[in-house]
Amino acid sequence: MNFKHKFVFLLPGLIVLIGILIFPIIFTVRLSLSGWNSFNPELDFVGIKNYIRLFTDDPRFWESFFRLSFLAVTTVFLQYIIGFALAHMVWKDIKFKRFFRVLFLIPMMTTPVIMTVIWRTFFHESLGPLNDFLSIFGVQPQWLSSPGLAKISIIIVEVWQWTSFMFLLMLAGLLSLPKEPFLAAAIDGASPFKKFMYVTFPLMAPISIGAIIIRLIEASKIMDTVFVLTSGGPGTATETSSFYIFIKGLREFQMGYAATMSFTYLIIMIISLTIIAKVLTKVLMKE
Amino acid sequence: MPKLYTFIKYFCVILWSCFVIAPFLWAISTSFKDFNSVTGGATYIPWLQFEPTLDGWSVLFKPGSQGGINIIGPYFNSIFVTFTASFISIALGTLSAYALSRYTFKAGFVQNNDITFFFISQRIMPPVVLAIPFFLFLSTLGLLDSLAGLILVYIVLLMPIAVWIMVDFFNRVPKEIDETALIDGCNPFQAFFKVVLPNSIPGMIVAGLFCIIFGWIDFFFAFILTFTNVQLLPVKIVALNSSITPWWSLSAAALVSVAPLIVVAFVVERFLSKGNLSGALK
Repeated sequence: MNFKHKFVFLLPGLIVLIGILIFPIIFTVRLSLSGWNSFNPELDFVGIKNYIRLFTDDPRFWESFFRLSFLAVTTVFLQYIIGFALAHMVWKDIKFKRFFRVLFLIPMMTTPVIMTVIWRTFFHESLGPLNDFLSIFGVQPQWLSSPGLAKISIIIVEVWQWTSFMFLLMLAGLLSLPKEPFLAAAIDGASPFKKFMYVTFPLMAPISIGAIIIRLIEASKIMDTVFVLTSGGPGTATETSSFYIFIKGLREFQMGYAATMSFTYLIIMIISLTIIAKVLTKVLMKE
Repeated sequence: MPKLYTFIKYFCVILWSCFVIAPFLWAISTSFKDFNSVTGGATYIPWLQFEPTLDGWSVLFKPGSQGGINIIGPYFNSIFVTFTASFISIALGTLSAYALSRYTFKAGFVQNNDITFFFISQRIMPPVVLAIPFFLFLSTLGLLDSLAGLILVYIVLLMPIAVWIMVDFFNRVPKEIDETALIDGCNPFQAFFKVVLPNSIPGMIVAGLFCIIFGWIDFFFAFILTFTNVQLLPVKIVALNSSITPWWSLSAAALVSVAPLIVVAFVVERFLSKGNLSGALK
């Protein structure tokens, strides 16, 4: 085939993407070396001052980063377990199969911020239905204003929202599995548990890895839910990296420092996701 | 044993269904309340527990001057931005995906897989990292607070999805289709547009659905990059979420804005059951 044609196909997309992205990325790096803030909005050069500040004098950033890691890993773990379980349950032999499938897909179609606004009324301490229900047991938890429960509220909302995406990926995977291994297992008289452990799960391993990584990537950006549900509060109990950068950059207008944090955060994200992908592949593909 | 399993299965599925439906039922119920029935504590059943009113719904259709929340403008903005950005992403993404699936590229150590990875890896980019430079970038171009600016940003968000789904799709479209067309005397472009493209409609629909979902549900960029001129739906609704929230109109607005995409759930399920989605999502 002709040499030139392939570039006509490839380049428009590539150029548009790079064209829109290249400026922001270079600019972020440059900005991170400047002291741009609301008093001094210009691109001066302060060297690595911002980086020194970040690594030696900003525990809040690192706390928010560990909080984010905790939230991302917990929610994705729960989503994977629940999503896989649900997908397996509605895979075959269930009444109203299509009804349940549609229902389980719905949360990912809804706008996270908008549903979070609803969840916020749901968790309301005196007027919400959750505490109304719990009052039967005589407890009135302060869902959004105590540090521990605020984290749990975010986990609940995130799991509600995104389990359906995991469910979709896992169900699509299950439906694409070859039939032969299952026939073989049935002939051998394997119990459902054994069938799952020795046939379904190993066959799903590559799909699981893909799905977990996709979800981790998306979960590492948790921001909308935090913004609406708790605004990082109480105090900084639910502040994630993105939210902290957002506050520094676009609320306090410390653009230079925010760019430093952004760039560091991006690098950490890329490195840790690569490591996670490698480890997951090792662990799940062992069999 | 099988009986126990069946019981557990139905129990779990029904339990999760309740969890999924709960916020919707609560929102529906709340949307028919007024100030007194909201502040009087949690109630659920109209007529029995509270007197339903249509206030929450009627304000949605009143102009702002009469104390209404005008969500029709933002609604159309959201639709326009989502569809335009999805369309451009799919058009460009499909072409690139076709090139990546059919031709070999080599420039030093960069190969096809690296280019594909470059496209997809844009999803790793946290929105907040892009937000600050985009903010300054668009204000330099004078595109801050405009539909065009938002579309530009959304293309970056959506093209990775389109490329990801389409590369995989083209890898499963037999190469013989193009080759036959080429032998019949088409040039590569004719072969693509006349033969390959018509066979790729299912893949493009799946890619389109995902672009629409991820475009429609974005909040952050719309929130940062627009102010008053152009408002998208999520921003408008979150703005209602102030200290003394009118929960009833908030719920009604939320329901109206999530409704169109619930239709998408039905379409996705159709594709899933027919087996068209399984390949495209692996």
